[in-house]
Amino acid sequence: MDVGIVSYGAHVPRYRITPKEIGRVWGADGVAMGKGLYINMKSVPSPDEDVVTISVEAARGMMSRVDVSGADIGALYVGSESHPYAVKPTGTIVAEAIGVTPDLTVADLEFACKAGTAGIQICMGLVKSGMVKYGVAIGADTSQGAPGDALEYSASAGGAAYLIGSENVIATINKTVSYTTDTPDFWRREGQPYPSHGGRFTGEPAYFKHVGNCAMKLMQEMGTTAEDYDHVVLHQPNGKFPVRMAKSLKFNDQQVERGLLTPFIGNTYSGAVPLGLASVLDQAQPGERILVVAYGSGAGSDGFDITVTEAIKDYRRQSAPTVAELLKNTKELDYATYAKFRGKILMKG
Amino acid sequence: MPVARFWRDIPQRYNLYGSRCGSCGKVYFPTRHLCPACRRTSIGRMQSVQLKGQGNVYSFSVIHDAPDNKRLQKPYAVAMVELDEGLKVTGELVDIELDQVQIGMRVRAVLRKLGEEGPGGIIHYGFKFAPMDE
Amino acid sequence: MREVAIIGIGHTQFGELWDSSFREIGIRAGLEAIGDANLAGSEIDAMYVGNMSSGRFIDQHHIGALIADYSGMAFEHIPSTRIEAAGASGGIAFRQGVMAVASGMHDIVVVGGAEKMTDVSDDASNFILNSAADQQWESLMGATMSSLHAMIARRYMHEGLATREQIASVSVKNHYHGSLNPRAQFRKAINLDAVLRSPKVAEPLTVFDCAPMSDGAAAVVLCPLDMAKSYTETPVKVLSCAQSSDTLALYQRDDICCFKATQAAARRAFEQAGLGPKDIQVAEVHDNYTISELLALEDLGFFPRGEAGQAVLDGRAHIGGDIAVNTSGGLKARGDPIGATGVAQIVELVTQLRGKADKRQVADARHALAHNVGGTGSAVVVSILGVA
Repeated sequence: MDVGIVSYGAHVPRYRITPKEIGRVWGADGVAMGKGLYINMKSVPSPDEDVVTISVEAARGMMSRVDVSGADIGALYVGSESHPYAVKPTGTIVAEAIGVTPDLTVADLEFACKAGTAGIQICMGLVKSGMVKYGVAIGADTSQGAPGDALEYSASAGGAAYLIGSENVIATINKTVSYTTDTPDFWRREGQPYPSHGGRFTGEPAYFKHVGNCAMKLMQEMGTTAEDYDHVVLHQPNGKFPVRMAKSLKFNDQQVERGLLTPFIGNTYSGAVPLGLASVLDQAQPGERILVVAYGSGAGSDGFDITVTEAIKDYRRQSAPTVAELLKNTKELDYATYAKFRGKILMKG
Repeated sequence: MPVARFWRDIPQRYNLYGSRCGSCGKVYFPTRHLCPACRRTSIGRMQSVQLKGQGNVYSFSVIHDAPDNKRLQKPYAVAMVELDEGLKVTGELVDIELDQVQIGMRVRAVLRKLGEEGPGGIIHYGFKFAPMDE
Repeated sequence: MREVAIIGIGHTQFGELWDSSFREIGIRAGLEAIGDANLAGSEIDAMYVGNMSSGRFIDQHHIGALIADYSGMAFEHIPSTRIEAAGASGGIAFRQGVMAVASGMHDIVVVGGAEKMTDVSDDASNFILNSAADQQWESLMGATMSSLHAMIARRYMHEGLATREQIASVSVKNHYHGSLNPRAQFRKAINLDAVLRSPKVAEPLTVFDCAPMSDGAAAVVLCPLDMAKSYTETPVKVLSCAQSSDTLALYQRDDICCFKATQAAARRAFEQAGLGPKDIQVAEVHDNYTISELLALEDLGFFPRGEAGQAVLDGRAHIGGDIAVNTSGGLKARGDPIGATGVAQIVELVTQLRGKADKRQVADARHALAHNVGGTGSAVVVSILGVA
């Protein structure tokens, strides 16, 4: 059976902050930082937003674009590294808010920035095995970077939800492969407010090794090269890595462009690839082929070979905001307001 | 910690479930066991109805003297929204510049954090209202 | 049913009474009233106490027992009952006392109202006050009592019923009246500009549009009219006392620019008394917010809908105007210890009808009206008093 994406939805909070403003406070050349990372601005959640609210907004959009009964959704996974609770799943709150309880299985996932795509893989297995009719996989984050740290320039908030099934598929997932090793490039211990990272160790031995190997393995198994794809969506911790990675895989800038959002919204971690893919699907035509490779520190990559189907012509995309629409109506913050929103100020009580 | 009291209202706080009187058709929020207009004749005839969450701002206020638990958001706006189903509900307004709020503007319900029982407590989610793009 | 008279009144200073505990202020008002009625104390048959939230303000419930105990009444084992209806606690306690005497159940009844709000922080106090609204569907959803009234004000202005200045003029009037009242919390006159420029609370309302947090207590003594002259030279007659209810939440109403509960209670009270709005010379109405007074003036029938604002701005509700409203300074300037307010209103009206209101005296005061509200018009008591 063909398994793939039946519907999708996205959400990005409306607040933004620029690298220049962050650099101003920490005595760094923020403009240069921004240029070096190819990040113009990053999204900031308001105090009443979190991974639950972002996931719900994305999932509600996803549901509004199709007529799928909640009773037919048999699984829901939320992948994030900033779940509001350490123990109590984000997924149950989301499931309740989109009206698909109680006949489904739910779990929260964590795998740095690829927890969302891990959820897509799980749903594919459940659908393909006939265990469920539809599964929902959400990747969303409101990640934090330590004050003054390089990650503070990029860690942002956003997410996208995917309805995986085998009926009325708008984009078939032809194949998925993964490449996984124990590589400690970026981590956060329980109770720590901010993550730690290995500096430039996060490059070659981590991001590039896993994304590269995963992409090459996938294309080898599919018998494809870069030319066979209309778009490539790679994990994008900054605006530079995915461009460099794509080039080394022989993709050109046009193929990368539509799925590259980090320059405008920062690194939405588990939301990054799901949002990048949503951006591509927002304008995709039947027959277009997409290569997707996510990366999560720790480390691993999930790759997907996707073909857009005819069914996308009848897809009710206009029922929910497109990624482009989400990037409008933004509001820029100063660092103090950003710090207040992100809980970086020591409050009383 | 009043866990059960907040849990009980989840269908209403997350998904705006109200009641329609099977006798006269009037819609209420939150859910009710009887219709104030029909009283006895409505008992056992109240139907569960999910409100769409779309409506117009009927009145609003920007709150400056805010409770402690809103210190990160003040000043913030609260509104009475007249939903398309004909009834009103009360909720905060989000994703809008405070000087842009107007009586009559179209809004839609979104899920947001209402508050929490302290840093170790349960987080309460519920509806707030965001501007609706026409 | 018997006719009821008020034979004694008592009223503490209202304000931030740091040196006084709840039980002290409650007793002080009660003793003053009992003394004013020339009673020894053993004549008292029953007590009613209006109090909104001692349980949350001072962690003390069971106020009926507390007040009976510390006023010495517990030794006589008389019935003592606490009434709670948010801001209308005092007014409803008064009505319970009146009913007790009118029905023949009791002869001499003391009605008190007391609240101690300043033993908790302002934030805690506001949290408690917000429980007078719909806690689940208004307060939890982000509204506060102030913002609910602000939404009334905004809608009222939107419908062309008053301007911002007209609404603010209520505060100017009541502060002026308060400056004539030695028991008032605020005793300085202010001007319109001060109201408009004071810190914003919930737009469009500012600090000067809102009654303060207060400590205080007030008390009255009731008895059958035909017994009154044995206790006092200046009994005041309770001509009527009507009570009404409405939805808890403001959003459940069709029209938020009036309180139907006030209209209903007023209709009943005027009918029972055989009077109309034009017969009232002095009134104490519930101005917990400036906008509330405008609604009250229209709902009680003193001015047509949409005209109260200009009337107040024009001085027609001042002492010396068409009707003297809130000569005590109202909740705004006299203060608003929640449970005490409804009883304090009665004390002021009795003082007026006795001709003892000194600088605040309304000439030829024959009939007086008290209007006491709980929540956003969810409970209302309208009492009409007359010279006996």
